[in-house]
Amino acid sequence: MTQAFRIPGAGRVNHAKAVRFTFDGKIIEGREGDTVASALLANGVHLLGRSFKYHRPRGIVSAGSEEPNALVGTSRGPGRFEPNTRATMQEVWDGLTVESQNKWPSLAFDVGAINDRLYMLFSAGFYYKTFMWPRSFWDKVYEPFIRRAAGLGKSPTEPDPDHYTSRNLHCDVLVVGGGPAGLAAALAAGRSGAQTVLVDEHAELGGTLLSEPGVRIDGQGAWGWLETTLAELRALPNVRLMSRTTAIGYYHQNMVGLCQKLTDHLATPPEGAPRERLWRVRAGQVVLAQGAIEKPLVFDGNDRPGVMLAGAAQTFFQRFGVKVGTRAVVVTSHDSAWHTAFDLAQAGVKVAAIVDIRPQVSAELTARAKALGIEVLASHTVTSTTGRLRVASVHVNRVRNGHVDPWRSIDCDALLMCGGWTPSLHLFSHTKGSLAWDAQAGAFLPDRKTEECHIAGAGRGLWGIAAALEDGARAGAAAAKALGRAAGVGSFAVEGDRTGDGVVVKELPTDRDPGKAKAFIDFQNDVTAKDIRLAVREGMRSIEHVKRYTTNGMATDQGKLSNINGLMVAADALGKPAPEVGLTTFRPPYTPTTFGALAGLRRGRHFEVTRKTPIDAWAEAQGAVFEPVSLWRRAWYFPKAGEDMHAAVARECRAVRTSVGLFDASTLGKIEVMGPDAATFLERMYTNPWAKLQPGRCRYGLLLGEDGFIRDDGVIGRLAVDKFHVTTTTGGAARVLNMMEDYLQTEWPDLNVWLTSTTEQWAVVAVQGPNARKVLEPLVEGLDLSDAAFPHMAVAECTVAGFPARLFRVSFTGELGFEVNVPARHGRALWEAIWAAGQAHGITPYGTETMHVLRAEKGFILVGQDTDGTVTPGDAGLDWAIGKQKPDFVGKRSLQRPDIVAKGRKQLVGLLTEDPSVVLEEGAQIVADPNQPLPMTMIGHVTSSYWSEALGRSIAMALIEGGRDRQGETLHIPMPGRTLRAKVTGTAFVDPEGQRLKV
Amino acid sequence: MLLIHCPYCDDTLPEPEFAYAGEAHIARPADPMALSDEEWKNFLFIRSNPRGTHYERWRHIHGCGRFFNAIRDTVSDKFVMTYRAGEPRPNLDALKEAAE
Ligand SMILES: [Zn+2]
Repeated sequence: MTQAFRIPGAGRVNHAKAVRFTFDGKIIEGREGDTVASALLANGVHLLGRSFKYHRPRGIVSAGSEEPNALVGTSRGPGRFEPNTRATMQEVWDGLTVESQNKWPSLAFDVGAINDRLYMLFSAGFYYKTFMWPRSFWDKVYEPFIRRAAGLGKSPTEPDPDHYTSRNLHCDVLVVGGGPAGLAAALAAGRSGAQTVLVDEHAELGGTLLSEPGVRIDGQGAWGWLETTLAELRALPNVRLMSRTTAIGYYHQNMVGLCQKLTDHLATPPEGAPRERLWRVRAGQVVLAQGAIEKPLVFDGNDRPGVMLAGAAQTFFQRFGVKVGTRAVVVTSHDSAWHTAFDLAQAGVKVAAIVDIRPQVSAELTARAKALGIEVLASHTVTSTTGRLRVASVHVNRVRNGHVDPWRSIDCDALLMCGGWTPSLHLFSHTKGSLAWDAQAGAFLPDRKTEECHIAGAGRGLWGIAAALEDGARAGAAAAKALGRAAGVGSFAVEGDRTGDGVVVKELPTDRDPGKAKAFIDFQNDVTAKDIRLAVREGMRSIEHVKRYTTNGMATDQGKLSNINGLMVAADALGKPAPEVGLTTFRPPYTPTTFGALAGLRRGRHFEVTRKTPIDAWAEAQGAVFEPVSLWRRAWYFPKAGEDMHAAVARECRAVRTSVGLFDASTLGKIEVMGPDAATFLERMYTNPWAKLQPGRCRYGLLLGEDGFIRDDGVIGRLAVDKFHVTTTTGGAARVLNMMEDYLQTEWPDLNVWLTSTTEQWAVVAVQGPNARKVLEPLVEGLDLSDAAFPHMAVAECTVAGFPARLFRVSFTGELGFEVNVPARHGRALWEAIWAAGQAHGITPYGTETMHVLRAEKGFILVGQDTDGTVTPGDAGLDWAIGKQKPDFVGKRSLQRPDIVAKGRKQLVGLLTEDPSVVLEEGAQIVADPNQPLPMTMIGHVTSSYWSEALGRSIAMALIEGGRDRQGETLHIPMPGRTLRAKVTGTAFVDPEGQRLKV
Repeated sequence: MLLIHCPYCDDTLPEPEFAYAGEAHIARPADPMALSDEEWKNFLFIRSNPRGTHYERWRHIHGCGRFFNAIRDTVSDKFVMTYRAGEPRPNLDALKEAAE
């Protein structure tokens, strides 16, 4: 029998169009317009999953995005699996695959339900208590348990094949929520001519109107009025209506993030359509018309499938044409559930009883109930429910003067509860708008605003459709007026409005041992009233502490149903009024949002730009292996057929030391420093002296922060009296320029200096090795390359291979070396010209790895590898780079700070392992005594470590406490399974006297 | 995402165009070497970190490139005003009076 609980002709679903999907492999038939929840209920299916901690059977609680329980896995085809989809929001289509979660081996029989018997183990604070000891249990018992138990649903394992986009939107008025208040606001704003956007998370606009067809507005039924209104809004060119669009966050200056679902409801999405679109809306005015969320009541067994919110039952009936059961009991503290009972009774559901907590209920309601044959039990409580996988009966007790009488049982297959309504103020809270407790409404209402926003309707505690319409129109007009537009407040003639009120309650009174009651407050995280009281007994005083200790409100629904109930119980336990205990903070996103929507198009190669040099394509054609260096991709090494990295790097190193190598140094940061005060500026920025550096000469420059620690380094060439070519590390270019601009603009604005980033203007080809001059000389015009005319650390402008060039004689390898800078567009041609010229000498392209090995053999530091932001020039052995006569430079004063002149600082030294074949791991910790008890005192770490082909052994550099005083000492490097021994040495391993440069 | 007014471009632009640059009105001493350790420590490390009105520096890094100063409320995150580097620290009370 299919859809036994469908009421023919009722609701807004398309009864002529059947839709088939599967639930745990079983084919389920629904109707076009159904959600997974409504279609399952139409087929009498209430059991949808198992709960998080206790694996208790759980069903559908709500009909909206606040749903805590009915979370399912959905599959939209290969690779398109999503866990924790809310069954109440997912629309059905032919072929949709739905599965229940958190069950093993089956939904109806679940082994994990044993946790339900181990109730005590999982009480408040169980994360903090249960897993504390013994330590040895962590790896084998606790961690696997937590990993298995933590989180609902299973993560998708395949890359997401969908794509996501984003757009920016500027509008005058953004209205969030498409119920009566939102529609009225959009009408008022739209009619004023304001650019208006109305968004709603549901498939259909209308909100409460969809569930209240009996109400008449301006002479039409609610659905007719909705149709007329939507038609008018659609006809306005300045109004944009967006359904399936959730306002996920409300940010500064009226920026609201929207997530629009585009294809999850389609059986066959259009080719290439994005799945979701993130909108960044900047609105002049925002109207929040998000309505209110119904509160569950807290009693033992309130989580059994078949127990749901009364308003949800109303929606399933009126909007989807589905009866949630055949025999219902209503338990409530608010008038609204009475109307649900009346609607269901008229649809043929047997409503066995209305249990009202309140002693007094309006005579009109009780008379109506009696006329419909419904038993009225005022001043009653519910103390338990029975039924294994679905509620079968409810225990109701009379309450007299605070005393709970014995229970009597009433059979039912649906228990509809209502604990009143919570204004939905999540977005308002995102803006840090304050809330004030309203004792009359028994709710927190918006108080002080921080943004240009208006709250309308049930969101500020107004009840009933007439009130919502009026208030929405007022808010929409106010928004339009704030933008300088004339706007009228429309009036609405409403008949059949069902207003009412109620009281706020904590747990329902019970005659049972409260310590044994399983009265749930947070369904998703399995937190009970008892847990909250335990947290208070154990010393939690602030609601923020209670929340973290019990995890109440910390599940993916962010406590939409549980926050106020948790607060009422905590306030009662503390003996304080609710407002003094306070409310926890809501944070974006309003509902769970896919990473896809947030990432948008920024995935794969669009995640970050990849900077490539003009020579990159040549290296790729040569089969280079690349590595990322900041945003650049750089050739790492150039393997020949059959070579691994070690062999390739060894060959490249040999070539540079014995003949000549070719290296793409284009990524070096470059800053042109020009102006009459350029030398003065560099004097103040860098540690080194620059005033006396002659044009045509270069110098190694060291840049400190004001704290005295090394920030960057690089060779600086003086091209003219007022023109310097500054180079920086590859990763540091932007930082150095920013730092220079900062000092120039704000500390020394009197200096006449101009700074220009020229990193990408120049391609740089390094020619290094004893044969470098022989290769380059024939290509150079206008310059004598001899050692006498163009010595080490010279720079000149000339022509190389026909291109205008800045030629530096510099060496980061310890060999005779040149760096040729040509305009970037000539980089590839220059490279190929040198490549061709070098063939006679076996010129060898080398990558960053070889560059690193060669510089380490010379003891040259890499800023960021051998330094870490706490290394001074003294620590790095670079005192020689400090201009001793200079009165000031950035960081100079700090070099006299007490802790920087203190003994025992970590200093950069060389390390040679006892076993020359062992290459230490970079980052490995160093100890003086390997036999000391754990935890050992670590005195430093390895910063650079390589195989040196030149020496035929490993070399390393390390930062070690008092390192330079330990020359010759043997230190120990504990590694898994063994402890290595190494001797402290100087950092220059190859040609310490620099003889090889003098050729 | 904040909107920030660049006093050089005289335009209000989205936050991603700007970079924060620490507390404002902390001038580098003219002669750091003349300072005691205590004075240098205070210049280098000690910041006001107020709850409320904060004078701070920003750079229109992806725009005109200029550093400028701002008054921002650290509770609400919101900017009160921005002004050019080198201009004196505005007197908030005087500004409030002028506005009233
Ligand atoms: Zn600017």
